[in-house]
Amino acid sequence: MTAYIIRRLLVLPVILLGVSLIIFAMLQLLGPVERSALYVQRIPFQEGAIDAIIQRYGLDDPFFVQYWHWMVGREDPVTGEMVGGILRGDFGYSRTGREPVIDLLKRRFPATMELALWSFVPIIGLGIWLGVQSALNHNKPIDQASRVLAILGWSMPTFVFALLVLLIFYAQLGWFPPGRLSTGFSQVVQRPGFTPYTHMHTIDALLNLRFDIFLDALRHLVLPVTTLAVVQIALLLKVTRSSMLEALRQDYVTTARAKGLRERVVINRHVRKNALIPVVTIAGATVAGLLNGVIITEVVFNFPGLGSAAAAAALSLDALTMLGFALFNAIMFVGANLVVDVLYGILDPRVRLE
Amino acid sequence: MTTSATTETMTGTTAPAVLEQGYLRQRGRLEKAVGPEWYRLIKGVFTNPLSVAGLIIILGFMLTAAFAPVLAPAPTPTWNTNIIPRDGFASEPQPPGTPWRSSAPQTIPFWYTPLTGHEEWVHLMGTTSGQYDIFYGIVWGSRTALLVGVLVVMASAVIGVIIGAVSGFYGGWVDEILMRFVEVFIAFPFLVGALILSSLLIPKMGRSIWPASIALIVFGWTTYARLLRGDILATKERDYVDAARASGAKDIHLILRHILPNAIYPTLVVLSLDMGAIVLAFAALSFLGIGVQVGYADWGQIVSHARDWILTLDRHWYIIVFPGMALLLYGLGWNLIGDGLRDILDPKLRGARG
Repeated sequence: MTAYIIRRLLVLPVILLGVSLIIFAMLQLLGPVERSALYVQRIPFQEGAIDAIIQRYGLDDPFFVQYWHWMVGREDPVTGEMVGGILRGDFGYSRTGREPVIDLLKRRFPATMELALWSFVPIIGLGIWLGVQSALNHNKPIDQASRVLAILGWSMPTFVFALLVLLIFYAQLGWFPPGRLSTGFSQVVQRPGFTPYTHMHTIDALLNLRFDIFLDALRHLVLPVTTLAVVQIALLLKVTRSSMLEALRQDYVTTARAKGLRERVVINRHVRKNALIPVVTIAGATVAGLLNGVIITEVVFNFPGLGSAAAAAALSLDALTMLGFALFNAIMFVGANLVVDVLYGILDPRVRLE
Repeated sequence: MTTSATTETMTGTTAPAVLEQGYLRQRGRLEKAVGPEWYRLIKGVFTNPLSVAGLIIILGFMLTAAFAPVLAPAPTPTWNTNIIPRDGFASEPQPPGTPWRSSAPQTIPFWYTPLTGHEEWVHLMGTTSGQYDIFYGIVWGSRTALLVGVLVVMASAVIGVIIGAVSGFYGGWVDEILMRFVEVFIAFPFLVGALILSSLLIPKMGRSIWPASIALIVFGWTTYARLLRGDILATKERDYVDAARASGAKDIHLILRHILPNAIYPTLVVLSLDMGAIVLAFAALSFLGIGVQVGYADWGQIVSHARDWILTLDRHWYIIVFPGMALLLYGLGWNLIGDGLRDILDPKLRGARG
């Protein structure tokens, strides 16, 4: 098992190196002027000033020289201090966020995390439950209904779904507003009396015993969480269903039935336990789906997380913010996949031997 | 995979002599032309009710695209048909049935008056902000969807199939390098990568379908490479491949004539599912404003106008409902076909249904 984990860990630096190369190559699509935001926050308007900046920071150096400076930073020839260098945590200055990229990512992260964490509740609950029910009632009405649900959920464009639920539950009924908190509460959480332990409003509110804020935050989360979850529920339902159906046909299930076990015991002990192992493999796809989904979801629901920051940056060509976001996403995703692989290796011994 | 077995069940006869005769008679012109496995696929897709529904939907979109000039004629003969004509510049969207005041099409097609009861052009599905005609956008948007779908999916598939085939066939260090390369691209969640690359390509290429399409290809081919590599690894060990190699076949001949045709089927499923998914992703990028210009006949672009009217969506429902329906149906059509193909190809399901 240890050897398996070590083998997986050894690949990691290679992948991250490749990821950083791709991100840097995408950055090079922009001219030196746009890239100067890596080193200066505001480009002065004097004649020749831009050329001076390009000269000063070597923005027209060969690709790999620039890549090296981008990774580890470089000394400012005038002031003598180190600037840039993503390994030093310096991703440059975000034009759209009006703060260093790394601060923007840190500040926006809890909102996105809160959204993602809450959406796991319906995804895992409903996705697996529907999948199991669907398989146990193969070709009965509930199976047909969940298959239709799955294929509709899978075909529904996220942004259309998001706008439709806003149309019904906000514009029409006024139940669930967009945003993250109502105006009054969003000031309360900034004040000194409220301790932001995690910066996730629902958790902080509970820790501060402010149940009114908790309910308000929850009310704002209902629609974005539903939107994020719909596609993922469809995916999980499909996988669980087919995995259950396959497990139901195994010989050991027939054996279990033949030795006189009650049907409920057969399902719980022999079928479900084994059927849920392959479901773990799509956890990686779920994480990717969530990382993709938060962009659209946060934009439509005006939710101030990483996704909406990235969309705003993409619109105004704020490359450094986007690339910081890309790197963050890639690290999250690679990390999640590693966890999934290890988990799968623990659950299914056959995987380790490959 | 055996042809005789399938034919046996199809004819349902038992006597060997009759079977032989029936078998020969069963092999129609189509089966002779495309071979048994393709014949089974085509027959399956055309007999499964779900995939037939999918085929009808997609055929509907193809007909809409083909007859776009009759369904929604351009205002002038020299009009660039990709651009939606606009009726003035007012920001408030107009509901379906509003008379078309300026730049209405000069011709009234034969179907128009009998079906709608109007003598003059009205905005059949209303207008967006900026008075772009939604009906025109949806009709001509089917061309954009089909073009982008075919373009992106074909390009991704060709790149993926070549890399997957080389990787799987040669193995060893070639495989190792190519697969690390693939893993680096997979480290980016699909939409995140496409969003960033597309937005960085726009200043270089201008706004058209190209930046988003290229971005979707760059981050989309990896699915095909991974999938095909796996199937080639399984196929190249078969006896007939060894036999062909022993008789002196060259590598390229082995891949193209013996391995690829037998390993390609799972790729077809993904191809079909992707035809829908890619268009939804393209629409999502358009919706975020990273793609075609405002006023381009693209479903996602039309929906993006709804972002300015979140508070009054209940009055301006037609901005999202009509293009949303188009997107949902289009995605649904390809997903139904893809699911049908998967059922036909999945050996575990074979024989499970009649």
